[in-house]
Amino acid sequence: MSNKTNAGTWIGFVLILVWCLLPVVWIISLSFKGPGETGAGSPQFLPSEPTLQNYRDILGIGKVTPGQEATAGDFIDALRNSFFISLIATFLAVIFATLAAYAIARLEFKGKRLVLTMALAIAMFPVVSLVGPLFDMWRTIGLFNTWPGLIIPYMTFTLPLAIWTLSAFFREIPWEMEQAAQVDGATSWQAFRKVIVPLAAPGVFTAAILTFFFAWNEFVLAISLTSTTGSRTVPAQLSFFVGPDPFNPPYGTLAAASVVVTVPIIVIVLLFQRKIVAGLTSGAVKG
Amino acid sequence: MAAIEMKNIVKQYGDGFPAVNDVSIDVEDGEFLILVGPSGCGKSTLLRMIVGLEDITEGDMLIGGKKVNDLAPRDRNLSMVFQNYALYPHLTVYENIAFPLRLAGKSDSEVDEKVREASKTLELDEHLERKPGNLSGGQRQRVAMGRAIVRDAEAFLFDEPLSNLDAKLRGQMRTEISRLQKRLGITTVYVTHDQTEAMTLGDRVAVLKRGVLQQHATPRELYENPANLFVAGFIGSPPMNFVPAKVDGNRVELPFGTVTIPEERAANAQGKDLLIAGIRPQHFEDASVVDSDKVTDEATFKATVDVVEWLGNEAYAYIPFEAPDEVREQLTQLEKDLDGESLRTQLVVSLDGASRIKEGDEATIWVDARKIHLFDPATGDNLTLDRDNAGIIPGGNAMAKAEEVGKEQDDVKPGSDAATT
Repeated sequence: MSNKTNAGTWIGFVLILVWCLLPVVWIISLSFKGPGETGAGSPQFLPSEPTLQNYRDILGIGKVTPGQEATAGDFIDALRNSFFISLIATFLAVIFATLAAYAIARLEFKGKRLVLTMALAIAMFPVVSLVGPLFDMWRTIGLFNTWPGLIIPYMTFTLPLAIWTLSAFFREIPWEMEQAAQVDGATSWQAFRKVIVPLAAPGVFTAAILTFFFAWNEFVLAISLTSTTGSRTVPAQLSFFVGPDPFNPPYGTLAAASVVVTVPIIVIVLLFQRKIVAGLTSGAVKG
Repeated sequence: MAAIEMKNIVKQYGDGFPAVNDVSIDVEDGEFLILVGPSGCGKSTLLRMIVGLEDITEGDMLIGGKKVNDLAPRDRNLSMVFQNYALYPHLTVYENIAFPLRLAGKSDSEVDEKVREASKTLELDEHLERKPGNLSGGQRQRVAMGRAIVRDAEAFLFDEPLSNLDAKLRGQMRTEISRLQKRLGITTVYVTHDQTEAMTLGDRVAVLKRGVLQQHATPRELYENPANLFVAGFIGSPPMNFVPAKVDGNRVELPFGTVTIPEERAANAQGKDLLIAGIRPQHFEDASVVDSDKVTDEATFKATVDVVEWLGNEAYAYIPFEAPDEVREQLTQLEKDLDGESLRTQLVVSLDGASRIKEGDEATIWVDARKIHLFDPATGDNLTLDRDNAGIIPGGNAMAKAEEVGKEQDDVKPGSDAATT
């Protein structure tokens, strides 16, 4: 019986793995193919002549394909924009969300329900419908094509989820933790910083990762609210890649760029995975 | 170290729930005070008001002669052990104990010295680098105590610290706490609903009911001279027997016979109709194992024993009896106040282990008539009270007051117990 279940588990496991990883593998394989191969009618799965040329082109290392001289510079700029915009948005969103969630979890105040409902409503609001108004507003007040012009909407759209996640975490932390800290001589702020935040760390990291991913992958706002590589992020920049043949998208270069932007995400997940381990709070109280 | 004075403390919650009502208790410097009572009696609330986690609605709280009503917990310099320990799970045992010192900005060497000292006292040396999650219940308890003793606090506060431990460990930790307190000589306030802890640990015990102080006295005084029915029923295990009684001179008529009590004890009970007599199970004995000179007809009665529980050193015999309705009502209410359920009116009799009485036997039971208490069924007051040996009994009728408060409490939260457990 247990053998059968085991076999079933493994089959399911493999199926899901293939389902999830096949596109990733396909992108990786594509990134090693030259333009001749990607342009062919029915390309094989693995590259017949693996080449690093796509990576050279987008990163500007070594000899660049003629006509692709600008790609690397633009891509590096976009990478820098993506990185800092996502990081700043994440940082600010987490700070605001932590404070807001703590207030929601711990304090009784008028309009608490309203705040939570509003937050949820914002989370459900379709981003696309805001692009037009935001475009006009940003141009008027001079935020168009700037980092803050992207950071602000990214924060707005990720805060609700972050607040909800974090307030759930804060509610789980026993009140006594904080009271014990206060009796031990901590101010409210010290109790919050030294006891509550470390205990909510899994929640904080979850919120941080969600925010970072949103900002990192976001496309609609990124392409609508920017006009130059001064603030354009990678997802938007990819659509500006032009290959040697104007009638064929530069699949190889795009794939290589995709791989490059996926790497930080994988690194972050692996880094934070240990932090997200549940059960960090076990042993706090009786049990 | 400091004395703690509570003067007419009142706690009313935002919704009007009167949790603590006009309680005045003095805790002397170095004294071990127990706050005891059934769940929802406001004992934890009172403790949290001392430490500053609850606001004081009315009255004065003085620690070391200084009024602390408006001070934040961190400015009161008290240390507290919580019921669920409230250890910081992300810190090691060492850092947990060091936490108050680090907040106080002590130097690393001083922190180390004090933490080592505390861990040695509590035998935690080998666990210092572990996280609380990997410790057993008793070890966590000790870490919580380490965190309390590591700094020079004015007083220790314990909120039912042993209620999460199993019976054996509880006994050991009880002794440990007692030893530690004696050695450090620090003022201690200890909340419990366990009367073994109350009796064994406390220099003095304050009994609360529905946020009203009933009696504040040494364990011996509480046991021998309870102020009213409630205290009498709460202190002692198994609890005191309450039976209907009629007094005529110094003769007391009980459901199973008539006994003679000393004149001075009967003096206050004259002229009252129906009373409640309180007799501790330990004040009964199998007549056949009592010295023959004590056994007189006046002090013995015959009764059919329903059930016998033999424990080796002693045995409990249960003898059912019929109670008149006016007393029964009072007894049922009392049982409810004591967190119990009254199933039947019965007498619990503690017999010597040598007694041969068996279930269904008609036994001759001797009762120590000198120790019988008489209570007024209307007010609950103890009519045989020896005021000189009964500690502090608040003026007025504490039981009736608690009853009133109870009604108010039920109005705010019907059928609720403001229990923290």
